[in-house]
Amino acid sequence: MHEPLASAERLSARLRRWWDSDIAWSYRHSPVAIAASAVALILVLAAVFAPWVAPHNPFDASTLNLMEGFSPPGEPSPVTGRVFLFGTDNQGRDVASAILYGSRVSLTVGFASVAFSVALGVMLGLVSGYLGGRLDGLIMRIADIQLSFPAILIALLVFGVARGLIEPAYHEQAAIGVLIVAIGLSHWAQYARTVRGSTLVERNKDYVLAARVMGRSSFAIMRQHVLPNVIGPVLVIATINLALAIIEEATLSFLGVGVPPTQPSLGTLIRVGQQFLFSGEWWILFYPALALILLALSINLIGDWLRDALNPKLR
Amino acid sequence: MIAYILRSLAQAIVVMLAVALIAFAMFRFVGDPIATMVGQEASVAERGEIAERLGLNDPVVVQFGRFVLGIARGEFGMSYRQGRPVAELLAERLPATVELAVLSSAMALALGVALGIYAAINRRGILANAAMALSLIGVSLPTFLIGIGLIYLFAVELRWLPSFGRGEVVKFGWWSTGLLTDSGRKSLIMPALTLGFYQLTLIMRLVRAEMLEALRSDYVKFARARGIPERSIRFRHALRNTMIPVTTIAGLQLGSVVAFAIVTESVFQWPGLGALFVQAVQFVDIPVMAAYLMFVALVFVTVNLAVDLLYFVLDPRLRGNGPAFAR
Amino acid sequence: MNAPVLSVRDLKVEFPTRRGTLTAVDGVSFDIMPGEVLGVVGESGAGKSLTGTAIIGLIEPPGRIAGGELRLAGARIDHLSHQAMRRIRGKRIGMVFQDPLTSLNPLYRIGDQLIETITAHVSLSGAAARRRALALLSEVGIPAPETRIHNYPYQFSGGMRQRVVLALALAAEPELIIADEPTTALDVSVQAQIIALLRKLCRQRGAAVMLITHDMGVIAETADRVAVMYAGRIVEIGPLHDVIKSPLHPYTKGLVGSIPTLDFDNDRLVQIPGAMPRLTAIPGGCPFHPRCAAVFARCVVERPELKPEGRSRVACWLYHDAPAEAVQ
Repeated sequence: MHEPLASAERLSARLRRWWDSDIAWSYRHSPVAIAASAVALILVLAAVFAPWVAPHNPFDASTLNLMEGFSPPGEPSPVTGRVFLFGTDNQGRDVASAILYGSRVSLTVGFASVAFSVALGVMLGLVSGYLGGRLDGLIMRIADIQLSFPAILIALLVFGVARGLIEPAYHEQAAIGVLIVAIGLSHWAQYARTVRGSTLVERNKDYVLAARVMGRSSFAIMRQHVLPNVIGPVLVIATINLALAIIEEATLSFLGVGVPPTQPSLGTLIRVGQQFLFSGEWWILFYPALALILLALSINLIGDWLRDALNPKLR
Repeated sequence: MIAYILRSLAQAIVVMLAVALIAFAMFRFVGDPIATMVGQEASVAERGEIAERLGLNDPVVVQFGRFVLGIARGEFGMSYRQGRPVAELLAERLPATVELAVLSSAMALALGVALGIYAAINRRGILANAAMALSLIGVSLPTFLIGIGLIYLFAVELRWLPSFGRGEVVKFGWWSTGLLTDSGRKSLIMPALTLGFYQLTLIMRLVRAEMLEALRSDYVKFARARGIPERSIRFRHALRNTMIPVTTIAGLQLGSVVAFAIVTESVFQWPGLGALFVQAVQFVDIPVMAAYLMFVALVFVTVNLAVDLLYFVLDPRLRGNGPAFAR
Repeated sequence: MNAPVLSVRDLKVEFPTRRGTLTAVDGVSFDIMPGEVLGVVGESGAGKSLTGTAIIGLIEPPGRIAGGELRLAGARIDHLSHQAMRRIRGKRIGMVFQDPLTSLNPLYRIGDQLIETITAHVSLSGAAARRRALALLSEVGIPAPETRIHNYPYQFSGGMRQRVVLALALAAEPELIIADEPTTALDVSVQAQIIALLRKLCRQRGAAVMLITHDMGVIAETADRVAVMYAGRIVEIGPLHDVIKSPLHPYTKGLVGSIPTLDFDNDRLVQIPGAMPRLTAIPGGCPFHPRCAAVFARCVVERPELKPEGRSRVACWLYHDAPAEAVQ
């Protein structure tokens, strides 16, 4: 029975080929990319495993002790003597735990909205590029107009309209979903443009024409031939957009029109912390802000590196 | 040339109509204009009466037409929340946003171009790399955090600048300006820096990238081969060519600076249109939201039009009558 | 005996890359006499353009001149400062590139670009510079120069643009012109005109020309001597007549055989099988050996040097194969 051995060999051969590829080489030789992805990975994993990693659950009221409120970071609380790494807020919540749980919300919204934008944008781009004609013109016009308005405006608009359409009773439940759609809708245009460009290029190539002659469906052609060529640039845009989406969510929550108070994200924490900044309890704002910045920065750096690594001109 | 201008104008009008359509849709289908007039408790008959009076039973196209005419006359309806005409609210808040937008854009443009050129010329210099690193951080730093940071540093710790508001303003008719008073000017500094920072990083990276591209082009290579001094190459050849794409993109950026102001105004409690919009979203005040949208679109198409005209001046190829085919 | 206006000895141009240092020009040596036209011919990737670019000092980092000597009228120019090199460019060495459309700055009138070039090297008043520019324009055959001097590049056709480019390259009266594929981007009907113009202008000024092209036909019409390059080296160099009529190197034979002629009744043009090796995979020994019909044992292991053969020089073991050493 040689099959298991053969496939193991094939796998290791593939891995080795991948390790030798341009991208992997570029990664190994870029200290920035390695550092950034390490930081990002730590933050993401910490957020994902928050319930197990966090010292306390800051949103379980029964574990809170008001007397521990306003504990400075690293110092024992005057009443109970417990030490909190990043201090506590006005209600005695451990800031470190709050950051972990808050990151969960921020990352969930971030990833989900990017997935939404990618799906929507790639699909519209494929349709637009492949079918052409008036539909193409229309979609691209809308994309152009939308690209000139800041994402925050579009997200706010969608959020406001959704609020008007959904009854107040369901506001809280729907908030996260609406937020994801709002942020997602504010970013689809760039993917559509890029994918459309690639589609136009591929569409006229001989192998696609051959496939059409053979009677394959448009959908299958697009999926098999166009998609692989488009993945690279889409990935770069998606990475950079992830950072933008996280910042956007934080901004919306900071403004009070984002996640509901029962599921605070990093933006909400910053909003809360701002009240106490000027009265001296700086840590309530500082650590969540730091977490947000580190997250966005590391993702941005990865995106930058990816763009340079995938850019054929720079090889 | 006329054709070019007409085409730009036509595009501008199309955009405005498209936005008006969205605004109208919001008004008609999301808000409840009847409820604002008679409250939730009105009887069916009363509602029918008002619907008739407001012309809500006419065909949608007619309603849209009426809507557009109203906008053109400056009638935006009444704010659901504040009960005042929206046009009044807009006029009240406009000067604050305009001053902030213009000041921060000017700063971002001037500094951005200068730093971008510098970073392109001194590719490996320490200052250039520092500027690029700063710009990368700038993209990762949310605007509201910059605002908070500045407030903490300059208002709380150093106590040099006020932490919120516009300071004292001087009124001219319906316009008000903060530039003529000391407190007004001081209040402008931090918001302008905050709002301009993002624009600055974008413009700087853009100018640097375009300039590097220009410095690699064939006409620069040929100019060097002719022995043209490097200074001329940078500032006469490369820079001039850089400014064309920079004008387009920077213009687009600045056209939407009004909308970018939303966050800055909220952080600094700046009484401008952006803060108004956020409130409107929170309370689902549709007339205000729609009006704000139209205003932003107007600013955007106007700036776009100006950029198109500027483009015309900058690039002789657009004035073209094509090659004269003499061999 | 005249001294050569350009003397190149053992020029090496290297590119450090991720995967090691690539040598794009590997020990090239030749002379150009005043007023003569040296054609440098070979397929794409042979290193012809790089040689020209190296001579005028415009190799872009990370590429660099890694060795050899360049002498202009006897004086070394390969290690000059930026300032000194800039003064040489345009005034003593001129260069013309392939695409006239991208060579001209689209935003400036050609008159301005001409005057700029003139005043960069000669201090003339504005009016005098303008007169010079007009004279140059009529020399290169632009009709109605007084009107055309105010035009932008886009207002000229391809052939006209290349004439303007020639005018710009000659504006400061250089002793040597390096023409890098000057006709490749032009219509066939215009190519002959431009080549003839180039020849005439340089003849009149006594300027030498290094004509770089992959088109053997152009060389045959214009050059006095020919250098054939392959994989970064010169494999044959000699008078035009000798190289074309009795080519020595197998590669040259292939190139010459690929010129369509009206004389012979060829059904098919001669094709050299294979392709120029990539810089990362240059074969050992004689780099042409994988494609050579006359290859033998020595070709695979030892690299031949350029040695005289008749009035030419050729780098091929067919001509210089000394008796094999006792131990192989």
